[in-house]
Amino acid sequence: MKFTLSVLVENQPGLLSKVVSLFARRGFNIDSLAVGVTEDSTISRITIVVDGDESIVEQVEKQLNKLIQVIKVKVLTPGNFLSRELSLIKVNCRTQDRIDLMKIAELMKAQIIDVAPSSLTLEISDTQENTQTLIDLVHPYGIKEIVRTGAIAIEKGAQITKSKVNP
Amino acid sequence: MFSGAQIMVKCLEEENVNLVFGYPGAAICPFYDCLFESDIRHILCREEQNAAHEASGYARSSGKIGVCVATSGPGATNLITGIATAYMDSIPLIIITGQVNSWLLGRDVFQEADITGACESFTKHSYLVKDANDLTHIFKEAFYIASTGRPGPVLIDIPTDIQNQMVEDFHYPEKAQIRGYKPRTQGHIMQIKKALIAISKAKRPILCCGGGVVLSGAREEMIAFATNSGIPVCATMMGIGVVPMNSDHYLGMIGTHGRESANRALKKADLVILCGARVGDRAVSSPEQIANKAVIIHIDIDPAEIGKNIQVDIPIVGDIRGVLHTMAEEITDTVPEEWKKEVLELKNQYPLRGVPREDAVEPRVFIRDLSSMMEENAILVADVGQNQIWSARNFNVKRGRFLTSGGLGTMGYAIPAAIGAKLAKPRRQVVAVCGDGSFQMAMCELGTIMQYQIPIKIIIMQNGTLGMVKEFQDKLYHSHYIATQLKGGEPDFVLLAKSYGIKAECAFSNQEAKEAAARMLESPDPYILVCRVDPDTPSI
Repeated sequence: MKFTLSVLVENQPGLLSKVVSLFARRGFNIDSLAVGVTEDSTISRITIVVDGDESIVEQVEKQLNKLIQVIKVKVLTPGNFLSRELSLIKVNCRTQDRIDLMKIAELMKAQIIDVAPSSLTLEISDTQENTQTLIDLVHPYGIKEIVRTGAIAIEKGAQITKSKVNP
Repeated sequence: MFSGAQIMVKCLEEENVNLVFGYPGAAICPFYDCLFESDIRHILCREEQNAAHEASGYARSSGKIGVCVATSGPGATNLITGIATAYMDSIPLIIITGQVNSWLLGRDVFQEADITGACESFTKHSYLVKDANDLTHIFKEAFYIASTGRPGPVLIDIPTDIQNQMVEDFHYPEKAQIRGYKPRTQGHIMQIKKALIAISKAKRPILCCGGGVVLSGAREEMIAFATNSGIPVCATMMGIGVVPMNSDHYLGMIGTHGRESANRALKKADLVILCGARVGDRAVSSPEQIANKAVIIHIDIDPAEIGKNIQVDIPIVGDIRGVLHTMAEEITDTVPEEWKKEVLELKNQYPLRGVPREDAVEPRVFIRDLSSMMEENAILVADVGQNQIWSARNFNVKRGRFLTSGGLGTMGYAIPAAIGAKLAKPRRQVVAVCGDGSFQMAMCELGTIMQYQIPIKIIIMQNGTLGMVKEFQDKLYHSHYIATQLKGGEPDFVLLAKSYGIKAECAFSNQEAKEAAARMLESPDPYILVCRVDPDTPSI
């Protein structure tokens, strides 16, 4: 099962390597990882998607909390958050296929961001599942390259993941 | 105006550090130069790894934070085993390393090593200082982190130019402010109540005392809880010495090399109270077997230990001392008499092994003899190998301490750790027990012992072999003795000691060993006693 963790950390150099090496040495599997600064420039948020059972996720949470520069770890409740990942997909595209691909893009709410004589590039920002659907749909045309970010996630409603203590 | 190096020394003084262990080198010279002006005493070890072990022995017996210093590159990398040893046993250390000039970092210059990177997985936290203005709050944080929560080593890596950088003012912060670090110290009262109810229902409860009890200084609370509750006690190797061996309800050490009585009692238990014990594989080889049969109560200050190695029914996160204090006051003895009787029978059924010999020193008997001859508050430091098991099983800690490298199992730990322990507690007897293998890993420290006249006593169990590995080879590898024979390459240890000016003698039987030990303990000086041991003597 996949779990999404929202981790608030000190925005300091070297912190990401500490998080990544923690996963490596404890044998936890990272599905994806995305980092970015938050509304407070001294704090970054790492969104991590972990593959494992509940006991593994509990250990991941506790081990992350042991890192001094980790301020808060929250395992997001399934169904209670929205998740997005950004993908850029370069597809083979003959002139006669262009209309079809445009229709697929429209259907999947993807943008065509580049067109060349024999290819076009799609941009999609959606859940992992919908992104996969788009990939499956364009697969028959021949995928030249896929660039995907890790998932980022935010809780539904007014709830926020925030550090309790402010400096 | 102060230089970074002056700030470093002033920070140590603010933290009441009066003793540091180390080895200088170019990149840490500015700091050493300022140490010259300070009252802080510096002990020059003979190899950096030993500086870390010395700081560890010092920390463990003083209850303070141990500080060690080394230069960049090889000085820092030599510390690594010492840092990892301290990390595994949760010993609070501050490790200060010099680093190449900050503008040269990453260019593979002379004596450059990424030590914060290398030590990442076995330091509680680390700093690479980029500005001397940060030094005061970094030192404050480092000392706070090392000693609070679950203690551990904290590394501060300081480039030479930062040590030379001039800073306007020195102001040591009163408090460390770290928003991501708030160790929970008080056990949750509801969890404690739940635990007490479970204990009152148990038919065959057992207490397991780990290193956390020692670290939290909860010895009295542990004894009070065990006495008030009537629950039998076993210990992990790191928990040895909390409950005196001759107490009726104490079963001794559990684990691969533990006492049969303790292991059997643990297997039969229907409730296990783990106190600061992390259920390492050498202590409990199949935790699921125990968890399936018994209710598990786990008290630990580190929440990450709960559920890491064993499924826990009632976790209590907090400082053991406080938790046990509360529990000792609330508890009444509800342990069924049959269980108490069964435990006593178990204890008598499996006595300690070994009989005195005339042709060699039987090490297990000798440790028991030594134990009865040593002062009540003595500190015994066991190295790693068969000597560790002989000591752990047979030494009776009364009011003193038993120190060893339990987690990492680092050979060569005993001598430097004993040096640190003796410097922390100069009036106590400190005895290191080594094998001939582990002694040779740390024997360069004889120089340190002699130079500073540190009167520790060293026992070398000489059997000409790496006994623990040889025992593995006997049991599992058809007695193929490869790379375990030390014979033919061993010095005359007595002559070696004498060349340093250290008193030494050699014993060939238990009677001789006993008499020699009496002379050794009587002597005010450093002393080495070599015991000739039969290489076929088993660990347990």
